[in-house]
Amino acid sequence: MNSNALAPRDVSHRLSGPGVRRLIGQHLSELVGILVAIALAVFFAIGSPNFFTFDNALVLSQFIAPFAIFALAEVPVLILGEIDLSVGQMYIVSPFFVTYWNHAGVPVLPSIVLALLACAGLGLINGLVTVKLRVPSFIATLGMAFALRGIVLIYSNGAPTNPIGSDTLVNILGGWSWSEALWALGIAALLHVMLRGTAFGLHIVAVGGNTESARESGISVDSIKTWCFVLCALLGGVIGILDGYHLGSLDPATDGLTFTFYGVTSAVIGGTALTGGRGTMVGACIGACVLGMIKDGFLILGASSFALDLVTGLTILLAMILNVQVERATSMKGPRRSFARALGLSFSIFAPHRNGRVR
Amino acid sequence: MTPGGNTSGPAEDVLRTEQISMAFGPVVALRSVDLHLQRGEVLGLVGDNGAGKSTLVKILSGLHRPDGGRIYLENQEVRFRSVQDARQQGIETVFQDLALVGELSVYHNLFLNREHTRGGWLRFLNNRAMRAAARRFLDDIGVDIPSVDTPVAKLSGGQRQAIAVARAVRQENIKVLLLDEPLAAMGAKETSLIIGLIKGLSKEANISIIVIDHNYTHLFEICDRINVIQHGQVTVDKSLSEIKLEELIEFMLQSFRRDVATGGAK
Repeated sequence: MNSNALAPRDVSHRLSGPGVRRLIGQHLSELVGILVAIALAVFFAIGSPNFFTFDNALVLSQFIAPFAIFALAEVPVLILGEIDLSVGQMYIVSPFFVTYWNHAGVPVLPSIVLALLACAGLGLINGLVTVKLRVPSFIATLGMAFALRGIVLIYSNGAPTNPIGSDTLVNILGGWSWSEALWALGIAALLHVMLRGTAFGLHIVAVGGNTESARESGISVDSIKTWCFVLCALLGGVIGILDGYHLGSLDPATDGLTFTFYGVTSAVIGGTALTGGRGTMVGACIGACVLGMIKDGFLILGASSFALDLVTGLTILLAMILNVQVERATSMKGPRRSFARALGLSFSIFAPHRNGRVR
Repeated sequence: MTPGGNTSGPAEDVLRTEQISMAFGPVVALRSVDLHLQRGEVLGLVGDNGAGKSTLVKILSGLHRPDGGRIYLENQEVRFRSVQDARQQGIETVFQDLALVGELSVYHNLFLNREHTRGGWLRFLNNRAMRAAARRFLDDIGVDIPSVDTPVAKLSGGQRQAIAVARAVRQENIKVLLLDEPLAAMGAKETSLIIGLIKGLSKEANISIIVIDHNYTHLFEICDRINVIQHGQVTVDKSLSEIKLEELIEFMLQSFRRDVATGGAK
């Protein structure tokens, strides 16, 4: 009988508490990301003996680290239901700010600080245009991205230059092979604590989950949003400087939007909702791992650079379809379609109580 | 049937408004509202949809700023710059949409924007303290929730309402509680829980409460006094000893017929 079938499910929901099931239920999208990452690792390991080597681990880390920082930068903005398309261009512009200040006679370290402040200031503009002038962040930050591209090209006259700095500083900031990965880990830990452990992080989720409710609770929605844009731009500037020292040269013509979208994609693969309200830093890192492995793995397998984009695109698409469908299958709202239902069936092994159909 | 701004002695009034008016573009929501609320009193606001009840509540809670008129809290003229400001001055509001965030746990909702934190300006959440305090507080006022860790989206409507009211009355310096349709879409058991909660708060905690509701039977159960708002004005101000439920219903029906006959003239 139907009612009998429902009864134990209700009880299990009540008793679930801080159990494994609830943990899986809450972190389902991260779990999907991890499964995709493992599947990719197995695939590449079978395809090439060079995948699981120390040398490749280094290369892999250098792929993953910038993706991860871009993703980490986007997560708070995405949780708010906004997007920052200018972060990739902040990445291009920030090392040029350093050379600008340095050529103006400022020592290297203060130049870096000034460059980061400039990026934060540009983030502030992003935030204020979105919040006060009510321009959708998609357009506000897209405009910023094009403007910054123009500024860099005008300033550099289109010619690549070298980043400025002494040896120790350069090594700390990205010259040493592993330093970018360490920075990424450090930033991830910091932002994770910020998002999960502070009132500011709680308010980000509150604003993203229900903006009106957050406002009625007295949370200053505008300032939360503005700060997240500042943070995003600042992190964009940080990666720019790190990667500048890592690569050893700065090309003003690099397309920043591509990097922005690597970040957004990583975040979304890791379970951040583009509609806001949901997202984690851990997920962003997992997403970056997936994306980094795709890039690195297909290079090792010897895919041509043309094919690489195609394969990257298709893999992203597949990962996202899986993620969205799992989300739909386990979400309690809305009707379920056949594919989602099929997936829901398979996932009921892990989290049966989340699959109770609500009538 | 004049509004009773000064009749019952303003000294006892916790909250008093004079000639509050507000328009949204060409739409006049409030013409001139005078009302008063005594300490420990439960005042019911009645009126048709669009009569201006919700606008009035939003003004009193600090969400809207009125175009004209004055608000007195404990005989001091006050102006609310924001909901936060009104809250700091002692007016707590439970809005129709409850202002809860479905993604967050019960205890995070209870403490939203009033978190227990450590570490100065870094404001690290003290989740353990909040969880324990939330559990204790909900037990005290008799709200039954399976776990305070549950995301609010998974609770029933009555449980959500109870959480919203609980959050409002948790505030230390609360003087006035505004409830916008607290009994909407609720089962019998949940209704009696919320009614008990409201009565207890006014009689035991001496909190002054304004309730908006469409169900007159419920209002007569909770309230000490009823105000009718029509076309942006208070048209009836009677204590429960002066008016019967049937009379109120009859009055509302008559004015509804009159409005229909005159095309809802404003």
